[in-house]
Amino acid sequence: MAEEIKYTPQTWPEHPETANLEGKNKFLGFWLFLGGETVLFASLFATYLALKDKGPEGMTFTTQSLFSEGLPLVFLMTMLLLTSSLTSVYAMYHMKNFNFRGMQTWMAITVLLGLGFLALEIYEFYHYVHIGFYFSQSAFSSAFFTLVGTHGLHVVIGLGWIILLMLRNAKRGLSVYNAQKYYTASLYWHFIDVVWVFIFTVVYLMGVMG
Amino acid sequence: MSAIAQKKGFGSVLWDWLTTVDHKKIAILYLASGGFFFIVGGIEAMLIRIQLAVPGNDFLSAGLYNEILTMHGTTMIFLAAMPILFGYMNAVVPLQIGARDVAFPFLNSLGFWLFFFGGIFLNLSWFMGGAPDAGWTSYASLSLYSPGNGIDFYALGLQVSGAGTYIAGINFLVTIINMRAPGMTYMRMPLFTWTTFVASALILFAFPPLTIGLFFLIFDRMFGANFFDHTMGGNTIIWEHLFWIFGHPEVYILILPAFGIFSEIFAIFSRKRLFGYSAMVFATVLIGFLGFMVWAHHMFTVGLGPTANAIFAVATMAIAVPTGVKIFNWLLTIWGGSIKVTTPMLYALGFIPSFVAGGVTGVMQAAAPLDYQLHDSYFIVAHFHYVIVGGVVLAILAGLHLYWPLMFNQMLDEKLGKITFWLFFFGFHATFFIQHFLGLMGMPRRVFTFVGDQGWDAFNAISSGGAVFMALGVIVLVVNIVKTVVQNKPAGTDPWEDGRTLEWAIPQPVPFYNFKRTPLVRGLDTFWIEKQEGNKEGMTYAEPLSDIHMPNNSFIPFVMSLGLFIASFGALYNGEKTWAVPVLVIGLAITVISMGVRSWKDDHGYHIHKEDLMDDKGGKY
Repeated sequence: MAEEIKYTPQTWPEHPETANLEGKNKFLGFWLFLGGETVLFASLFATYLALKDKGPEGMTFTTQSLFSEGLPLVFLMTMLLLTSSLTSVYAMYHMKNFNFRGMQTWMAITVLLGLGFLALEIYEFYHYVHIGFYFSQSAFSSAFFTLVGTHGLHVVIGLGWIILLMLRNAKRGLSVYNAQKYYTASLYWHFIDVVWVFIFTVVYLMGVMG
Repeated sequence: MSAIAQKKGFGSVLWDWLTTVDHKKIAILYLASGGFFFIVGGIEAMLIRIQLAVPGNDFLSAGLYNEILTMHGTTMIFLAAMPILFGYMNAVVPLQIGARDVAFPFLNSLGFWLFFFGGIFLNLSWFMGGAPDAGWTSYASLSLYSPGNGIDFYALGLQVSGAGTYIAGINFLVTIINMRAPGMTYMRMPLFTWTTFVASALILFAFPPLTIGLFFLIFDRMFGANFFDHTMGGNTIIWEHLFWIFGHPEVYILILPAFGIFSEIFAIFSRKRLFGYSAMVFATVLIGFLGFMVWAHHMFTVGLGPTANAIFAVATMAIAVPTGVKIFNWLLTIWGGSIKVTTPMLYALGFIPSFVAGGVTGVMQAAAPLDYQLHDSYFIVAHFHYVIVGGVVLAILAGLHLYWPLMFNQMLDEKLGKITFWLFFFGFHATFFIQHFLGLMGMPRRVFTFVGDQGWDAFNAISSGGAVFMALGVIVLVVNIVKTVVQNKPAGTDPWEDGRTLEWAIPQPVPFYNFKRTPLVRGLDTFWIEKQEGNKEGMTYAEPLSDIHMPNNSFIPFVMSLGLFIASFGALYNGEKTWAVPVLVIGLAITVISMGVRSWKDDHGYHIHKEDLMDDKGGKY
């Protein structure tokens, strides 16, 4: 069967992710899915902006009071995630050059950076809850945790997906069959990164600037 | 693995239906479950009309009336109209574009089962403490404070079935973009494929806002969030915006495929090429685009201000232009045609005046100042039933007759079909035309009863009487279906004799791999061209006979959907029952693990070898 052909760097197609119809379909379908995801996050952003700083009478939490102090930490999170997007590009570079080990290594680095981001986000959420800014505290807190938490959930799913891919294919090497899977996972990872850039800007920077 | 007719036991037949990834079988699943929910929603409609037949009626209590009214709307839109249209799309689109299947057969199955479990979950509310009662729009100011679990069933059920719809939308988009046969350029695509394409794009962008709105509702009601509670800083208008950003495109998701079906019918039974094909395509795309620009016309009375109201009023009126283009193109398709008045054609002819009437009242409501008068009155009820019943339901019934031979290789009885049409068509106008006047006389919508002697009594009685005719029409239709299935007379290829597009060229019953050889499309209405040139096979081929790659059946979509179904019960009873959180976790775990299994297990599908194709009974050439 076509899927079991053993490739060499010479026979490896230039665009392994779209080398057959299944790959082309996945490629297009995933881009469309990301289009829908964009609308999903747009709805969350719009809600967040409408409910920012809104709470029960006498609520003292504002974006300034919450985010000013921890901004360096959030900046560190941003750097971790941006870097992880870059490392996933390296992984795709090695995929196109039929270098399986290179791809796995850079994917592993991507996962580590993503885990670092996730750990810091959990710490951040824990901190907010600790000072009384919990999910059901106000409309503001609900909107904040839902927006940032939905992004965090995407990170968790992305990490689970990439780890599963790496484990599954660890002993199999590259094929046209799994190249598509790596490629869509890396697309997803970029999307998560782009959404975070907007969260960093709209929630944190604009929050601190007022 | 040959699937040529083998005798099978009940178990293996059931297993086959539960695991199928064949678009033709999934089409039948959609049609059957959509049909079931259509009957359920119809019974709810009849209960509504019985209650309103006379003033001061106590046939239904106020609370029960609210539940029935809500479930009627929700069921008809989400669980009847959309799935039945998906059934036709699944049955027809891959054949129309010359594809072996949809782009993602596995996701096709997943989309169906998500819809199915979501619909079942929603309807279980009847047996588990009461149905939702805040209207199909479920405005947060009302739904947040609705006692019991009804609204929770609404939010969770629609969330699950909405996920299925979203998946189906992406699937059709990719199918139409990537899977067209050689020669099938965009401007040669039949109109039903075009409208499916645009409706799928609307699904892609309209469903995520609904998802978010429903999550907010779920979080507010079950997990202590405060999106809509103004005492906690929330804002109830956010729900209205999110709902209508979804809700308005949703009506185009319903009506565009209906337009597509009628476009096919007019061309086939006028035995003429569709007039103004490119204008029709352009109008379809434009309606899809404008559909996203008009959601606030549902909210004129909310108080968004005169500027917003004016912009949305003008945008709304603009939609009448491409719709008018379509109406005139249909009329000019009939003009000078050699018309055969079959049952589908009868529906199509009935559709034009009915839908125009609904469109005209739509433009009336688009005028924001007048809408202040019409808002929340029976005029609105009359309007949207004119567009949805006069447009979508007539298309569904027309499509049922038109595509039944394609899906089942049998013809529905034409005489009974025409009886159904006349009963339904008369009943429809008798029920809803008079509601315009009830609205203008001041009768508000969604009331469970009314005081007599306000001049509404006779009109309401007439309206209820009309509903009886619609019900009779549906009963005759059911008799027709039973009769046809029992007789089981093969209809053969091109049963309408004037089919124009590829789906009518394929041998009947359609082989499970669809096309033995991929066809070459030589123009718009390619089958018509072949017939004109005397080609007995009806197809020119783009490739020599070769192995066909097929996807494997899978039980995973069923399990994935079942997981979300179970998880929904956990979310529903969160904070009420001790077992709620474990059930939520177990349900989600089932879904996540089955996704993992899908990812872990290679699924390359299988090949049908060309030697097996040669002696296959599926096609004689």
